[in-house]
Amino acid sequence: MSVTSTMDVSSAYEGYQADFTHLQDGLNAAGTPPSLKLLRQTAMERFRRLGFPTTRMEDWRFTNVAPIANRPYALGALTEVAADEILPFLIPELPGALLVFVNGRFSASLSDTDGLPSGVEVQSLSDALATGLDTVEPYLIRFESEGEQPFSSLNTAFLQDGAVVRVGDGVVLRDPVHVIFVSTAPGEAVVTHPRVLLLAGDNSQVSVIESYAGLRDAGYFTNAVTQIDAGAGSVVNHCKILRESLQSYHVAGVQARLARSAVVTSNSITLGGALVRNDIGVVLEGEGAECTLNGLYLAGWKQHIDNHTTIDHASPHCASHELYKGILDGDGRAVFNGKIIVRLDAQKTDAKQSNKALLLSELAQVNTKPQLEIFADDVKCTHGATVGQLDEDALFYLRARGLGREEARRILIQAFATDVLNRIRHKPIQVELGRTLLDRLPTISAGETT
Amino acid sequence: MLEITGLRASVGGKEILRGVDLSVKAGEVHAIMGPNGSGKSTLAGILAGRAEYDVTSGTVRYQNENLLEMEPEDRARAGVFLAFQYPVEIAGVNNAYLLKAALNEVRKHRGEPELDAIDFMTLVKKQLAVLEMSPELLGRPVNDGFSGGEKKRNEIFQMAVLEPKLAILDETDSGLDIDALKVVANGVNALRSSDRSTIVVTHYQRMLNYIVPDFVHVLSGGRIVKSGGKELALELEAKGYGWINAAPQEVRA
Repeated sequence: MSVTSTMDVSSAYEGYQADFTHLQDGLNAAGTPPSLKLLRQTAMERFRRLGFPTTRMEDWRFTNVAPIANRPYALGALTEVAADEILPFLIPELPGALLVFVNGRFSASLSDTDGLPSGVEVQSLSDALATGLDTVEPYLIRFESEGEQPFSSLNTAFLQDGAVVRVGDGVVLRDPVHVIFVSTAPGEAVVTHPRVLLLAGDNSQVSVIESYAGLRDAGYFTNAVTQIDAGAGSVVNHCKILRESLQSYHVAGVQARLARSAVVTSNSITLGGALVRNDIGVVLEGEGAECTLNGLYLAGWKQHIDNHTTIDHASPHCASHELYKGILDGDGRAVFNGKIIVRLDAQKTDAKQSNKALLLSELAQVNTKPQLEIFADDVKCTHGATVGQLDEDALFYLRARGLGREEARRILIQAFATDVLNRIRHKPIQVELGRTLLDRLPTISAGETT
Repeated sequence: MLEITGLRASVGGKEILRGVDLSVKAGEVHAIMGPNGSGKSTLAGILAGRAEYDVTSGTVRYQNENLLEMEPEDRARAGVFLAFQYPVEIAGVNNAYLLKAALNEVRKHRGEPELDAIDFMTLVKKQLAVLEMSPELLGRPVNDGFSGGEKKRNEIFQMAVLEPKLAILDETDSGLDIDALKVVANGVNALRSSDRSTIVVTHYQRMLNYIVPDFVHVLSGGRIVKSGGKELALELEAKGYGWINAAPQEVRA
């Protein structure tokens, strides 16, 4: 790293420190509980100690966060947004509660949590921190005490708002909860640090859609953390949808812990963002737990999409299924790193991982790496990665049936993606994302010369 | 309908077709037979517009147009249909979706209005019955998970729906049991009319018992070395291809 950029980074630290002090002062005035203040301070200190990751670190080898580190951001604030401005990012015909956040702050007027059954709590984190700190604090503290992820610590340092979805033991919430974070585009670049807590009791069932969108083409930085706690026998569905602006940065950590026989499905669909890093970590803590990770991303001109997943088989008889697919065009870059750890006593583990990338241009580039660390001896682990172009035989077949070249290409690209979209539980989301995908396809290759 | 003159073509620098002449008139069924490697599939592929073949000389005129200058999709829209020897599996693309899109492309070309879902299904169900195919196949991805026989049947089913002017069947009989062969032949025969032509490319005479050709040509070493009536196919079946190679001759179809 050059001297200049090092100076920029330190000025970014100063920026965050100034924001942090400001935040602490503001919240102190409102009477911040000492434990929360301590949590934020500890996290800020850890962030300062860890620093922004560099490409010298194995986990960040292919993803350079200098564009984020070198740029000063102002902490996001709630601004007035008309209801019809967020309309394009809602999912038509999707039932269930809606939580809307504008620039990271909860907007009660745009949200709708009416009609939730008893045993289900859906609220903003700011409300939870103010009125029921003891119910969320253990999860927040536990998260901060684990791992050494600078961006996650930064998120904790600025912990202020987000969503809490809590479903009691044995409660089945049929309709999904849609949590949507929109960033507006004021004059200055804004950073938000949203936190989502998805707490599913034993034998409960819940589905949360977490989506991020930029209202206008703007440079902003989203630094999100999601914690999923799946109780014994629970069935949890998590769907993360990125429709961020093509000038924005998104770094996110999703951490899921599964108790005995819990079943968690994660869908991660990235259809926007200039620089995106998704870290998904799943710990199969209880015997017989099962997780499914599905991912789809589009990476076009000037986009860099990085998906890191870690599945930790910590108990016997657990299963994991993973399918990630990417479509790259223009000079798009992508990274897929899929780590599977099978602990010594995690016998009878069944882990499958598949990663496929479709390269539509010669400039596009993907770095894909499966990482298997297996310490048990009676396990089934399979992984496969393919990187390829559109199938010429299939293209010719479609054209020989009268479909034009562009149409044939579009159909094949869509088919590649539909495979992942169709695994999302809610049909309205499949339909809406299929539509968004089609809209985005011509733009991801915009500027293409071939 | 189709006029091939002095067609020479190579793939990867190797010459496969070495001067093919063939004239197919409306209403005729021509069988092209020949040993493996004689250039049968190359000829079929060139007619459909496969890009991997280099045509080095000769002309192909289809309905008085230069066929070789047309894109594959334009050929299809103008009524050329290739039943693939190896139908391609396309996961994620619904069979009915492809067929409806294909049919509407053809209809647009003919100046006919596009079919809506209901009219399309009415048409399709009729042809499904002719080919004794399960309607369930429509909802499945194109050829994905189909048996060999189902794939071939699906090709002829597509052909029946698209009603091409010039159908080219590339080894459609291979991999079919006798019952499936009869069903496929029925589908092909149902389309026979005075304004359509069919080219049946096959290694064996078997299918020609059911799709009776007007002319039989033997392609060998990249040339048509012998032409005759349907009895030529029986002769080839009885004697094999060896006697033909021994005495190549210039023939005009």
